[in-house]
Amino acid sequence: MSAPSTPAPPGETDGPRATPPGSAPRLTSARAITWARRRKALADFWRQYRRQSAGLVGLGVLAFIALATLLAPLYTDESQLRAVNAPGERLESPSGEFWFGTDEVGRSILLQVIWGARVSLQIGIVAAVLAVGLGTLVGMMAAHYGGWASWLLMRLTDWFIVLPSLVLAIALVVALGASRFTIILAIALTSWAGTARLVRAQTMSIEGRPYLERARALGAGHWHQMSRHVLPNLMPLILASATLQVSSAILTEASLSFLGLGDPSTVSWGTILERAFHAGAISYGAWWYMLPPGFAILAVVLAFTLCGRAMETVLNPRLRGAR
Amino acid sequence: MGIQPTAQVPALPDGGAGTPGGDEATVHQQPFTPSRRDFWRFLGLKFSGAVISLVLVLFTAFFIFRIIGGDPVKAIGGDTPLTPSQRAEIEERLGLNEPLTVQFWEYIRSVLTLDWGTSYVNNQQVTDLLLARLPNTLLLTGTALVIAAGLGIWIGARAGWRQGSRFEKSQVGLSLALWSAPTFWLGMIVIIIFSVQLGLFPVNGMRSTRGVGDGFWPQSLDVAHHLVLPALTMAAVIYAQYVLIMRSSILEERGNDYLTVAKAKGLRDDVVRRRHAVPNALLPTVTLIALQFGAIFNGALLTETIFSWPGLGLLFYEAIRVPDIPLLQLLFIFFAGTTIIANMLADILYRFLDPRVRSSA
Amino acid sequence: MTTDATEQEPAPGTDPGAPEPRGGSTVRPTLQIEDLRITYRGSRGEIPAVRGISLTLNPGDTLGLAGESGCGKSTVAAAVLRLLPPGTEVTGRILLDGEDILAMSFGKLRAVRWAGASIVFQGAMHSLNPVHRIARQIAEPIVLHEGVGREAAEARAVELMAQVGLPAWRATSYPHELSGGQRQRVMIAMALACSPQLIVADEATTALDVMIQAQVLRLLKQLVTERHIALVMISHDLSVLADTCERLAVMYAGRLVEHGPSHEVFAGARHPYAQALSAAFPTVGDPAERRNPQGLAGDPPDPADLPTGCSFHPRCPVVMAECPTTPVTLRAARDDWQAACLRVEDTGTDTGTDPAAATGDDLPAPTLLTKGDA
Repeated sequence: MSAPSTPAPPGETDGPRATPPGSAPRLTSARAITWARRRKALADFWRQYRRQSAGLVGLGVLAFIALATLLAPLYTDESQLRAVNAPGERLESPSGEFWFGTDEVGRSILLQVIWGARVSLQIGIVAAVLAVGLGTLVGMMAAHYGGWASWLLMRLTDWFIVLPSLVLAIALVVALGASRFTIILAIALTSWAGTARLVRAQTMSIEGRPYLERARALGAGHWHQMSRHVLPNLMPLILASATLQVSSAILTEASLSFLGLGDPSTVSWGTILERAFHAGAISYGAWWYMLPPGFAILAVVLAFTLCGRAMETVLNPRLRGAR
Repeated sequence: MGIQPTAQVPALPDGGAGTPGGDEATVHQQPFTPSRRDFWRFLGLKFSGAVISLVLVLFTAFFIFRIIGGDPVKAIGGDTPLTPSQRAEIEERLGLNEPLTVQFWEYIRSVLTLDWGTSYVNNQQVTDLLLARLPNTLLLTGTALVIAAGLGIWIGARAGWRQGSRFEKSQVGLSLALWSAPTFWLGMIVIIIFSVQLGLFPVNGMRSTRGVGDGFWPQSLDVAHHLVLPALTMAAVIYAQYVLIMRSSILEERGNDYLTVAKAKGLRDDVVRRRHAVPNALLPTVTLIALQFGAIFNGALLTETIFSWPGLGLLFYEAIRVPDIPLLQLLFIFFAGTTIIANMLADILYRFLDPRVRSSA
Repeated sequence: MTTDATEQEPAPGTDPGAPEPRGGSTVRPTLQIEDLRITYRGSRGEIPAVRGISLTLNPGDTLGLAGESGCGKSTVAAAVLRLLPPGTEVTGRILLDGEDILAMSFGKLRAVRWAGASIVFQGAMHSLNPVHRIARQIAEPIVLHEGVGREAAEARAVELMAQVGLPAWRATSYPHELSGGQRQRVMIAMALACSPQLIVADEATTALDVMIQAQVLRLLKQLVTERHIALVMISHDLSVLADTCERLAVMYAGRLVEHGPSHEVFAGARHPYAQALSAAFPTVGDPAERRNPQGLAGDPPDPADLPTGCSFHPRCPVVMAECPTTPVTLRAARDDWQAACLRVEDTGTDTGTDPAAATGDDLPAPTLLTKGDA
């Protein structure tokens, strides 16, 4: 964010917006005004967000997990993830050395959960960003162009909304072969539709606003209208949608991995649970093999959901309700 | 796992149901009952919409499994390397050496004549496999749905009615946690607690192999005993979605004047909720629940896998491991087709339920 | 500053604003509001919506309650049946047929609701449950309060519908199948269902077009007279109230500013706000009014941040130096007529003159009074 090019003199006004246009020689550029307005909007957003305790908890959990994941190479030894380097015995229960016990070849569960976070989060976030990007594109196009193209796009959107997403994602991964890339692709392709619907409705309401009519009258092209006027207004909504989308992407990734469609070369929370299931951890009673990765999924998904809901509440005051 | 419950509610700002074309075409502004002709027009629109969706499913199945779907010959052969002549023989049998257009017409013909091919694994007709497993899935999903819908709508309505109360907060928290837990993990935990540790319920399967009498009642009780854990596990996630949906529907209704009128008439608070708020809130809920229908299959797939419940989900899982392309293709079309038809029925049902015939869209 | 408003209020039964009680001075008032104060608690802190109102209605009385949006008139209506949102602070007394609504147990309150007093809500479009047939909605309070079966109650509902001019076959219609005027008739039939002693009509006709409005008003007036029901009619439209009601009370910023016989108040209000309100509805055919349209600049004050002294002084066309500092309460201009303006004693009965005369041509263009209420 760039600072306003000519800040208002101290003690006179509290910002460039307070200066009546044309009344003073201190002309602030349109860009500076825009940025000042966005900064103010962001500050407002944060002030509202801060009031939602659930959203703050979610944010805190995410910050902790992000830190633990990013710093993993500093305090753990990745080489111990390989079966040949397994430091422990088979299916050891939790102890001082292995807080969460060991798996069927003696590797630390805790270590796997920490490193699994990298894969699960990466797939979840990338897939969600792709899905939301695709959904935004489709939604904006459907709203902007109208006519049969819009009809066709929305028909397609509804088709994707209705379809069982996991079944479709499985079919895609089976057909394309399991790898990190195909899993991301499959999740993105099966989860963009909700965002498209949301974005379409919002775009239509934004396009009805007077300043867009003015922009059109001044000869603004489609691209200019979309990138300069519609998209900035959609951004908060898209962000909230993406946050919620990460939750379901992580869940889908875990389900795919559990069904044996995970990337075979890496460890993710879903693949840990798959191995636990097939290694007979259930009948062995090895609860330590299943609880940590499951709780990790639960915590991350819940945290993203809480953040997304808090953002939605800020954006849609009607959800806030009267105390 | 399905559609975001929270994202869905604001995701339907234009009133709702499955198809936008249909929505816009059936909006009635005048305060009059729509004519019979309008109804047939509506029915026709919904029906043709569903048919187009189904055709799209057929195209997708062909595209996924025949064009990008790897090498079926290798899938049949498994790990044993095939001689070129064996390979040619299999290709000939599957019609793989024909051009794609011919293969496509062949595919359409087989779909229309209900000749869906045989399983790679045991040469059984895949339709027979599906029909054999279908009742088991219906039993499991039906039970789970009844539990989830009944309980979810009830709790959701109460939670939304008392917004801000401790009850609402705890129920929403529980639902969010249940929704955030992976279904299969929930199943694993449930098994380890109730079957392995406490020994209250069987670990998996649908029937005991021995020790059960032959009569109808002992058999049914045995199935019911096996059903408890999978049904509850599957219900948990759907329940969470229904609580959240019903709660937001009630919240939408809460500010309405007719509720103040009902209160002013001297009705008790819970009667106002049951008699006035819930029937109105159920209308959007029907649509949202229909949209979530696909998520039920997602849940069935994971639950049946964990509990080895011999239904379509387990069949799908077994087919993935091979991969058994004809079976996967049939199950894909079946799952997708069922959700499309269920959504069409929900749209039509909605039309009967709402006397306004969506005049407020 | 608000307490003296009630000190001036005469004792119940001898309210000078009320016409001669029909049954002599011993009759018990149907509705008696004493120093009612209502404070909403919201995210912005406490918002005083009603600040000390006293009113008395005897059986058969009709009172019009006028004022702009947000002046608290709908809050008064909701308070009569204790329909305010939870957490709202209410003090004072609301006696319905001698019993204090605010002190009642919930069970007793539910029994009194609709059977003792009913409300015709504004916006009949949203006041009817869209998924219930109208006969069922009219019959609902009958079943509840009189313990009759649903079929008998629905038969009564059809009779009530006939009284408000709705054909019997409409009984099985849904609200969306009726026109606005018909829906409003349903609301009136519903209000009459349990033969209450009091009906509060809150902007009952505002959303209707003029012809239908006149019909509904005539109907309401006729039914109220026939059954000797007390009626409180709430509207921002002074001319409608003057036509329908015997007495008129004008509210501003949560208080009564004028209270008197309706035709006299409408023709020659004492309080400048009431004058502006009546001038906002010009007399058709009067060329003077066409050349010099009347209105009031500005918006009603924010209830959370009220002006000092007389709350009306920032908008008052005849404001005096002491207005911003002197609290003003209802003063008797005549034995049956009160106004809360410092000028009332000064000018005596002369205040009824055109307020524009005082300020000349500086008066801004007329401001339409907004519909609806907070």
